[in-house]
Amino acid sequence: MAFAAFGHSGGSKSDFKTPRKTSVKVAMALLIPGMLYLGLFFITPLVSLVVTSLEVPDGSGEIGRYAYGFEISNYWTVIETYWPHIARSFFYALMATILGLLISYPLAYFIGVKARRWPILQGLMLTLVIAPFFISFLLRTFAWKQMFANESLIVTTLQSWGVLAPDQYLVGTDFMVIFGLTYNFIPFMTLPLYTSLERLDIRLLEAGSDLYANPAKVFARVTLPLSMPGIISGTLMTFIPIAGDYVNASSQFLGSSETAMIGNVVEANFLRINDYPSASALSVLLMAAILALVTFYVRRSGTEDLL
Amino acid sequence: MATEFVARGSNLDLVGIRKEFPGFTAIDDLDLHIPAGEFFALLGPSGCGKTTTLRLVAGLEEPTSGQILIGGKDVSHTKPHERPVNTVFQSYALFPHMSVLENVAFGLKQRKIADPLKRASEALDLVQLGHLAGRRPQQLSGGQQQRVALARALVNRPSLLLLDEPLGALDLKLRREMQIELKAIQIEVGLTFLHVTHDQEEAMDMADTVAVMNKGHIEQMGAPEKLYDRPKTVFVSKFLGQSNLFIGKIVETSANSLSIDVVGYKISVPKDRAEKHTGKIAIGVRPEKADLFQNKPADSSSQNLIGPGEVKDIRFTGVSNQFLVDVPNIGLVTVFEQNEGNSTVELGDQVWISWKVEHSFGLADLPADTLDEE
Repeated sequence: MAFAAFGHSGGSKSDFKTPRKTSVKVAMALLIPGMLYLGLFFITPLVSLVVTSLEVPDGSGEIGRYAYGFEISNYWTVIETYWPHIARSFFYALMATILGLLISYPLAYFIGVKARRWPILQGLMLTLVIAPFFISFLLRTFAWKQMFANESLIVTTLQSWGVLAPDQYLVGTDFMVIFGLTYNFIPFMTLPLYTSLERLDIRLLEAGSDLYANPAKVFARVTLPLSMPGIISGTLMTFIPIAGDYVNASSQFLGSSETAMIGNVVEANFLRINDYPSASALSVLLMAAILALVTFYVRRSGTEDLL
Repeated sequence: MATEFVARGSNLDLVGIRKEFPGFTAIDDLDLHIPAGEFFALLGPSGCGKTTTLRLVAGLEEPTSGQILIGGKDVSHTKPHERPVNTVFQSYALFPHMSVLENVAFGLKQRKIADPLKRASEALDLVQLGHLAGRRPQQLSGGQQQRVALARALVNRPSLLLLDEPLGALDLKLRREMQIELKAIQIEVGLTFLHVTHDQEEAMDMADTVAVMNKGHIEQMGAPEKLYDRPKTVFVSKFLGQSNLFIGKIVETSANSLSIDVVGYKISVPKDRAEKHTGKIAIGVRPEKADLFQNKPADSSSQNLIGPGEVKDIRFTGVSNQFLVDVPNIGLVTVFEQNEGNSTVELGDQVWISWKVEHSFGLADLPADTLDEE
């Protein structure tokens, strides 16, 4: 038995010649503003950044005076000097992303799947997820600093319970910075997860259990792969900004000199030491590293056919 | 969990099943026995509880009360993945992130049966889709997806195969082809099939036994020919095919027939084809059992005769002509005449309608709009 599954493809080409040419022109015209914007505000600064990263001191001996050069060794110098900060940045970003995923997935699953029967609850919970954005993120981070401050109830209680030693505190530790990063980026994880779980077809889960898969297997074999696009975009939307974040780890907020990330080093080099080439080299490195990681990640996850 | 395939289907028994959802009762005290190896159809309009029944058997819903037994074993409170049952879903529910072959092998892999991919490709061959094994479900046509869904369920050799309107989305021609194929597969594999549908032709065509469901209970159950020939309720007479119903008080009872009087016409039914023998009764006849006459035929005790009435509408359907005749004080009566190319009846003609007494059937209930003026 033969089924004509797919009809005739491709008609007479000549019929479409004129409209196609016009549509190419229209497309080009539509692209111009975006391209101009990108050229002006992305390509130009990027080139400037790369050029700066290769500059050398101009010989005047004054701080912050640099001249054009082609000093590739700037990169080796910053890697050598700042590799702990680079490693720490990616470690923090990885930890905060994983923690964020572990917290956000059940939350997004509840809102997007379990709460489908109660749209009001669904709307309310989504509002609560984005509600923190109504308050400045600096204020919120500062509030956490107050709550976990050395004399705070939380810290003294933990000390009296013996969880923390009498001279041990939370602010300025890895824990505190990862906590802050996780907290601040949870909405960016939850929302993409929610969007993909909200579209999850419950009937596929029923089919899975009908085909002898227990709930854990249904989750692993059906729910998880189908929500992969949400996981990918959620993790990218948290990992990338976290790797470059400098607020949480700064000693004015939740961190200390022990927790400085690339962002903090870049800030110090640019604004305090006025070492522009090092700051630029670090920025370029961060960008390249993120680009490489993301490319690898997206390739590996192979979610093209789910999008 | 059993890893062996069952050789044949199992009995399915539903005992006193009741299913309540917040605000309404979907199924009310349902008892059902389906013998092993039978092709059983649950037929009913949407919202009659047939899909809920199927989901209860699959384990996707839990009954409020009652028992579900598969092969004599009570499975009422087991999870879907623990039941020897597979479903062909109405939406097919194929996994979009897997190839056709992986879809079919899914159940086998979960049960850790040896050689899942080989068995899966054999199952795909059975539904003539072996050549599309590597495709994704979304790349297939509706009919092909339907077959993948069927192969995915059948490959597990379930004791009981549940079909939830699996042909609903197909066009008429493809549906007829799939009906024939499905029936052939059922005979070949010898499994018990429970088929839920609202398509009465499909149910009658494929099933050994049809149960007509209405408002959460089974109205009537039996072989398709029996159901069609002797509907017992107004609902069945109208849902399974068409019927002309005449309502009146029983005025005459002889040794083997009884008659009602409908505005002066005497309409009779054999006693053994009537569900009740006293009071008010609805007597029906199938449109194709009635004949049209342009001249009044002679009265006969073996024939019911009404008329004259005016032909209000003639519909040509190819195989038959369908006449709508308005008989004064009775209303519209439908008559199907085989299209033999010699019909001379025209719109507006005065005609008489006659049928054999033995083709009448007496129903147990009366249409809802009948006033009870006893």
